[in-house]
Amino acid sequence: MENLGLIFAPLFSYKLLIVLFFGTIFGLILGVLPGLGPTTGGALILPFTMTLDPLSAIVLLTAIYCAGTYGGAITAILINTPGTPAAAATCLDGYPLAQKGEAGRALGMATVSSVIGGIASVVVLIFFAPLLANLAYEFGQPEYFALAIFGLTMLASIGEGSPIKNLIAGAFGILISTVGKDFMTSIDRFTFGINELTEGVGFIPVVVGLFAISEMLTQSTLINQIFNRVALKAVKLPSIDDYKKTWKTIIRSSGIGSFIGVLPAEGGTVASLIGYAEAKRWSKKPEDFGKGSIEGIAGAEAANNAATGGAMVPTLALGIPGSATTAVILTGLIIHGVRPGPDLFREQPEFLYGIFGSMLIANILFFVLGFFGAKIFARITLVPNKLLWPMIFAVSVCGTYSLNQSIIDVWLMLLFGVIGFFMRRYGFSVVPVIIGLILGELVEGTLRQSLVIFDGNWLMFLQRPIVLTFFVLSLIALSFPLIKRKKKND
Amino acid sequence: MNDVHKEKGTNKSLSLFFKSSFIVSAVIIVISSILLYFTFTFDIVPPILNRGIQPATFPKVLLILIIALTLLTYFISLKNPWKNEKKLPNSFYITLLSFVVFIIVSKFLDFFLGIALLSIIVSYFWGERRATYLIMVSIIFPLIVFVFFETILGLRFPPGIITNLYYG
Repeated sequence: MENLGLIFAPLFSYKLLIVLFFGTIFGLILGVLPGLGPTTGGALILPFTMTLDPLSAIVLLTAIYCAGTYGGAITAILINTPGTPAAAATCLDGYPLAQKGEAGRALGMATVSSVIGGIASVVVLIFFAPLLANLAYEFGQPEYFALAIFGLTMLASIGEGSPIKNLIAGAFGILISTVGKDFMTSIDRFTFGINELTEGVGFIPVVVGLFAISEMLTQSTLINQIFNRVALKAVKLPSIDDYKKTWKTIIRSSGIGSFIGVLPAEGGTVASLIGYAEAKRWSKKPEDFGKGSIEGIAGAEAANNAATGGAMVPTLALGIPGSATTAVILTGLIIHGVRPGPDLFREQPEFLYGIFGSMLIANILFFVLGFFGAKIFARITLVPNKLLWPMIFAVSVCGTYSLNQSIIDVWLMLLFGVIGFFMRRYGFSVVPVIIGLILGELVEGTLRQSLVIFDGNWLMFLQRPIVLTFFVLSLIALSFPLIKRKKKND
Repeated sequence: MNDVHKEKGTNKSLSLFFKSSFIVSAVIIVISSILLYFTFTFDIVPPILNRGIQPATFPKVLLILIIALTLLTYFISLKNPWKNEKKLPNSFYITLLSFVVFIIVSKFLDFFLGIALLSIIVSYFWGERRATYLIMVSIIFPLIVFVFFETILGLRFPPGIITNLYYG
């Protein structure tokens, strides 16, 4: 707690403020453009961060994360298409309210509830991440293995879509991480005689392929789609009456979002759906939901932005990503030589608190930019896909090539783009692949090192209380979808 | 997503083999089985060096898990059929083909020529007919990207008929 003062350090660094400003603008643009969003945008910008120092690089990525999550609401409200998956629930009431001529009111509520949710989650991050990091001091290799397994099983219980398909996608992600030289024995695995693959499959080709290129293929199937745009005069701050109606919803959704964000899964998307459903359940007028309810917008937006800070908790404290975008941020940390985990809290508090402070400032910045600039950002959606996507392709290809200067990376990116397209087409989420890829090395590494410690005796895992706790939690996570289905059938 | 409709009821006459759940499951299982076969070709560590498990064990377990879960998904789909997506339009196949064009051109001619060709193909077949915009998207924008990566990131792109003009 003695480091709390460091939170304000970014305010006194003009360089960080500039990075934050541009990160917020870039995040808003990415959030507004359907199909892009903070995950793809973060992956595209990752190579560019190599020109920055580690703190500026991570501050840029986190600003994109916070602003991008909010930016999705602008498109959701004005053209009934979520700019990001996390804004899907915002469409349900945002667009009907906009159609009634109250687009400004809807955007005002989305902006205010996003900022409150975002700031609440940063407060959770500031207080909870150091506690979790302290707890992680007790962790050895077996505990980290059990934790990673728990993280993967959470994909089944609270991820979007079919739990089994999520598990298949997660296992596929781990399988990708096994390509290359085995880290313990240097034996080649799945390299097929290609030299470039001995170093393994990079994170960037997979992320850019699964998100940007697969989205380009998806957009190629929608070229005749027509968007009905609602005109926006100006964003309006919510009235006293609106605040009275929504303050409980905003607080509840901020709590839900922060909690869901901490769990390793799909962060904002799931949080906003649960936040929306809970807002409806507790509302005095649930019949208004889907017809332009202001509570619906507040519930979804507070929750999805609250998930941003929540998802950073396991990312920074344990090195386990809480969402796809934090997986990109985690990669950013690693390529800049920063290893997340308990030691980071002890050795580089100024770095961590710099990130916390920057996230707070990013939330305030997107409030100002969103409030005064939503009309301008909304115009970005007018850029036709036939011009936008070839340009995104050029940046994707050059960005992917730039990290290792490897043409194989570019081809892998295209391959994963095609795989991602068909995965999404047949109901497999691509997010578990990313989380599996990030956790793969941790899962295998800690498993094999644990077995060395245990002299090959698997049963010794069960003699450690923390491991046992995580295994029980994993079993609960796996059985949760079955319980949910049974309850639904009953 | 509006064009999605349930297979249930509408495709009862279709053979089992044409259902998307069958095709997707079969593809996953075949690829996983091939990869599983490859794991048996991995080198084996001598017992004296082997601490814990063999390098092939972990991928084997993962592949068996994927096959088992895919079978489970397939059997569940017999009760709860998957949503049936609409046929893919020509624009999808053209975009996919442009990826192949990009790979061939960037491999044998020039990286940036590949990007320019892909951009013009995609932009044209997605409906852009104005020459100015086609030039902007296929020549000017890739040029800006090239200059940016070359000067700011200090990146050296692969040699080719166009990049060689710049590099001399």
